[in-house]
Amino acid sequence: MRLNPSRPNRYYRALTRNLVLFVVVVSLLPLLFTGAILLYQFEQAYQSKVEEHLEVLLKKHRRTIDAFLHDRLADIRVLTRSLTVAQMKDSSLLQTKLNLLREEYNGVFVDLGLVDPKGLQVAYAGPFNLIGANYAGAKWLERARADEYFISNVFAGFRGSPHFIVAAHKRLNGQDWLLKATIDFETFNALVENIRIGQTGFVFILDRKGELQTKPRQEVVLASGAWREILALPLKEGKVTIIEQADSLDRETIYAAASLKNSSWIICAQQERSDAFMHLLRAQQAALVIFVLGGVAIVLVSLLLARRLVRRIAEADSQKEAMNEKMIEAGRLASIGELAAGIAHEINNPVAIMVEEAGWIEDLMSDDGPLSEETLAEIQRAVQQIQEQGDRCKQITYKLLSFARKTDPTVKEVSINRLVEEVIGLVSQKSRYGGVKIITDLSAGLPPVAASPSELQQVLLNLVNNAVDAIESDGGTVEVITSQEQGDIHLTVTDTGIGIAESNLARIFDPFYTTKPVGQGTGLGLSICYGIINKLGGEIKVTSVKGKGSAFTVTLPADQNNNPASASAEQAEQS
Amino acid sequence: MVQINPSILLVDDEVPFVETMAKRLAKRDLTVDTAFGGREALKKLDSGGPSTIDVVILDVKMPGMDGLETLAAIKSAHPNVEVIMLTGHATVESAIEGMKGGAYDYLMKPCEMDLLMSKVNEAVDKKRAHEAKILDARVRMHALRRES
Repeated sequence: MRLNPSRPNRYYRALTRNLVLFVVVVSLLPLLFTGAILLYQFEQAYQSKVEEHLEVLLKKHRRTIDAFLHDRLADIRVLTRSLTVAQMKDSSLLQTKLNLLREEYNGVFVDLGLVDPKGLQVAYAGPFNLIGANYAGAKWLERARADEYFISNVFAGFRGSPHFIVAAHKRLNGQDWLLKATIDFETFNALVENIRIGQTGFVFILDRKGELQTKPRQEVVLASGAWREILALPLKEGKVTIIEQADSLDRETIYAAASLKNSSWIICAQQERSDAFMHLLRAQQAALVIFVLGGVAIVLVSLLLARRLVRRIAEADSQKEAMNEKMIEAGRLASIGELAAGIAHEINNPVAIMVEEAGWIEDLMSDDGPLSEETLAEIQRAVQQIQEQGDRCKQITYKLLSFARKTDPTVKEVSINRLVEEVIGLVSQKSRYGGVKIITDLSAGLPPVAASPSELQQVLLNLVNNAVDAIESDGGTVEVITSQEQGDIHLTVTDTGIGIAESNLARIFDPFYTTKPVGQGTGLGLSICYGIINKLGGEIKVTSVKGKGSAFTVTLPADQNNNPASASAEQAEQS
Repeated sequence: MVQINPSILLVDDEVPFVETMAKRLAKRDLTVDTAFGGREALKKLDSGGPSTIDVVILDVKMPGMDGLETLAAIKSAHPNVEVIMLTGHATVESAIEGMKGGAYDYLMKPCEMDLLMSKVNEAVDKKRAHEAKILDARVRMHALRRES
């Protein structure tokens, strides 16, 4: 505990800074952790939600498209089964059937045609004049002949516009006739093109070679990147594959694919990640905004509070300092009060002698007749005695006055030895009646101490007073020793009194702690000594054995200005 | 009964005070002995016997054996001797303690000579009356023995 009369602003600034840091860290860390954990969990949940959504969507549309293709095939198969080859060769009958189908299915079917075993289209109903068109050698025809039923990829063909063919066989006399129907690309395309996922997501269909089967709503890059990877993968029937990658424009994109049409086509979906995760991103942004605003608020509030708090502390500190000054003053008066009884007696004795001598002179002068030689001599002796006792009174009042004057905190050069002698003079009467012998062992030539004489005097008075009080009626010895050790001056007050119990040793410098009976001690003496010695940059120590006595040692730095030897020694230590 | 001068023992640690006070009391037809401490006073009482000293004037505050201890010793060894306590202002409480311990009265220091003299005379009278009673009782006891 070092009492520093004027704490530097640096101390309060550091205090403010520490308070702010502490509050900010303690309040922001949990916020940060909670936010991070919640966002992470939310992101995980959202990721699986997005993937699940894509999966469900793709599966659903895969089924829809498979069903669509299957139904169209079924339509043609019904025709091949219900009509004979001869009937089918009749273009007008085909036209009737086409009209029926177009009515029923909203123009999904564009045309119907019968291809003979040689690959010539022998009958045709539809908007183009394709009777006699020779498909021999066309790839789709070869494939169609190989399979029972056939749905072609999208291709341009004779008409030069994208379409695909649905075909079914009709066998007659071991010859293979083929009824083919062209499916309107636009209708089929609309099935897929109109599927929207969020703002940026869309769906399209590829064949296994990576040829587009529908028109994607946006340009897609198939030659490289994610789609190339997906095409290289063995896609399992009924399973959706999802990967995430940056697209050609460096936007994080989610790609999903599932096979359909007996694994010959792939239904594909792609969506920008920022779109799929829009809600997550919004939550993240909101969290960030809240965190930043909250953080700013916390910093501002803690700064404000810390400043206010530190200002209060500074005020309390200065009040405490003022209180300390007052306490020293009060303690001083209290120690004088404790001495008052002894001093009153000390003055009373010479006064009593003077009164008696005066009475004696009166007695002598009241005798009748002229004064004898002897009587005159006796009167003279009495007068001299009165003068002597008057002198004694004067000295006592002088001693007392030197203590009773107001505490002057001005620092001067103080000779410790002279101070000891003054204090012992003041306490001597009290100690004489207590049967206490005061011994001094003052080291000659001590350097002066830079201190307030009245404050240091008070420390000494308290220590010597306590030492005398510690000795009980059967008498004892108080020894005051001064000595010098390097730059320090030691002052030791030892008594052979009752000592201090070990349990009390730690508390004796506490204010208001006293073992004296109520009304006899304020409990301020030693705490004031402690404060004064600390202020002077010294220290006060105590050793005590219960029943044997105590020793108080005060160590004070000698006045540096008057002690060049110790000053240079200090400098040497510092460097 | 022969009236002899009252005999006083003056006890205080202040030598000039004791000396001057002794002179003043002697001038007032008292037989005065002096002591400068409790032990010395007790010694004088012991050697002289209770009959020689009637009243002890005793200062309360003395180094070594103080007034109260001395009073207790006097009262236990010589119960008939009367004691007047002298005290400074700060020790009135001790004077009251002394009264409880058997002192005849107390006076503040410095004291009026007239007041002191009247207290001394009262104390001497009391002591002598008391001694007379004791003497009386003894005479009666001897008479009873003779009759029987």
